[in-house]
Amino acid sequence: MSIAYYPGCTLKTKGKNLEKSALAAMEVLGIDVEELPRWNCCGAVYSLADDDLIHVVAPVRDLVRVAERGQDTVITLCSMCYNTLARANDLMKNDEEKRKTINDFMDEEPDYSGEVRVVHLLDYLRDEYGWDKLKEKLKSPLNGMKVAPYYGCTLLRPKEVALDHPDRPVLMHEFLETLGADVVDFPNAMECCGSYQVLGNPDAAVEVSHEILSGAAEKGAEALALTCPLCDFNLGKRQDIILEKYEGASEVPIYYFTQLLAVALGVAPEECHFELNRDSAAQLLKDKNIISAVPA
Amino acid sequence: MSTTTEQTAVEAKMIPIYVMGKKYEVPETLTIMKALEYAGYKYIRGCGCRGGVCGACSTVYRKPGDYKIYTGLACQTVVEPEMYLTQLPFYPANRATYDFHALEGNPEEIFGLYPELFRCVACNACSKVCPMDVEVMDYIAALKRGDIAAAAQISFDCIQCGLCASRCMGELPQYHIGQLARRINGAYLTPRAEHLATMVANIEAGRYTECLNKLKSADEDELKRLYTEERELEPAQAGEDWTPKENVCL
Ligand code: SF4
Ligand code: SF4
Ligand code: FES
Repeated sequence: MSIAYYPGCTLKTKGKNLEKSALAAMEVLGIDVEELPRWNCCGAVYSLADDDLIHVVAPVRDLVRVAERGQDTVITLCSMCYNTLARANDLMKNDEEKRKTINDFMDEEPDYSGEVRVVHLLDYLRDEYGWDKLKEKLKSPLNGMKVAPYYGCTLLRPKEVALDHPDRPVLMHEFLETLGADVVDFPNAMECCGSYQVLGNPDAAVEVSHEILSGAAEKGAEALALTCPLCDFNLGKRQDIILEKYEGASEVPIYYFTQLLAVALGVAPEECHFELNRDSAAQLLKDKNIISAVPA
Repeated sequence: MSTTTEQTAVEAKMIPIYVMGKKYEVPETLTIMKALEYAGYKYIRGCGCRGGVCGACSTVYRKPGDYKIYTGLACQTVVEPEMYLTQLPFYPANRATYDFHALEGNPEEIFGLYPELFRCVACNACSKVCPMDVEVMDYIAALKRGDIAAAAQISFDCIQCGLCASRCMGELPQYHIGQLARRINGAYLTPRAEHLATMVANIEAGRYTECLNKLKSADEDELKRLYTEERELEPAQAGEDWTPKENVCL
């Protein structure tokens, strides 16, 4: 049976490069996923208020949609969707009282108690597909490319849903290493990009994003790999603002981890939609002879 | 047993209903709309087509011993004993002003005109009250991810009654947003019907002018004759490829 796939809203608009490259890569790998025919926005941010249960309704409804189809696993690509769905699932599994409140409120849906497993493509590749098997499928490994893994917040926190050790993660390191890249460790890999602060306090977001980019560059990284459209917004789409504001700041190409996966598997660059990245992203892959030409 | 059929008028059973809290006895066979008129109310607003398509007569009701909110169109819903009801002929909901022809038809324009779209928490209260069984939450969800065509499809049966907006905890005017999606879908996303353009060109080139003039100048008898005697009728079992022999006016 195919695995249920939950895309999330941004992957259908601004983050098409994350979705399209992932789907192409999974096809090459033979990972059979099928987008849920019916899903709603998960809310993107898991509410930190204990009693704010209304914001848990949206992700739980998505999990109900998976369970209703008789599927036991849902795979995500966006780290914020992963985090929101996984935390809602954790609540439904472990908090009997809140589970009852939510099930009673959603009286038009079947009861749910955390039966579905929420995974992210990264831990799926590690735990179920396996790095060794992935390595065998590579056509165009990222040899000679110095890439820094940027985890951000939501893959690693809180511990209930963390895909790896929150302070000493190796998941993305292993992933990039498997793809053949020279992995560049840097101290800001688990720091926040500024997230939604970019709306209310853009200067603060620019400052922390700059620290991340310069932290990676100082360690010799030529590029940054990430998993989250909001991180991409702060570090990639708004990088020009950073470059303008900080003297000596240098351009850092930003990739979704799935784009690097796809090109390494030999997927045509056109399918990775580099036009939604900074221009430097496709250019660097071309310079490293990983792709033969920058798509028009 | 008598051989002639006797027609006896059967009195409809009378049942109690509560209109805005006041009790009335009405025949159990009536729709809510007719029951209100039976009870002496006169419609000035809150009634339009009487056929379930205009959305003017949304009604909210509850049944004894049941926490659920029920809704229906007053012109379509039959009364039930002990129902408590009120009509909601209008519900205020913000409608954005836009110059439709200045739009390009992309999701960002909808997000800009209706930023409250993102206040939806997927509570589904809207779908639960929709008298047309539209999955309101789902068309809002489709729009949040920029899928205008899906939103237009899902909201197709909406009759703009406003009940969804009355229940929304995100304070969205769902039906206005859905209408904008259907407009954009129709004008910008759906492929143009080429045969329509051909037809318009034919009309403008005068292809049907003579046929129409002939009909316009015919007197009543002549029209009757053309309609009953000369008209070529499609045979009852005609296949899909049937065309009339006389096709000058087609
Ligand atoms: S979608 Fe809203 S406005 Fe449209 S018919 Fe349903 S409840 Fe009424
Ligand atoms: S009632 Fe409002 S908040 Fe609830 S699902 Fe519908 S649109 Fe979203
Ligand atoms: S009067 Fe038009 S829908 Fe009821």
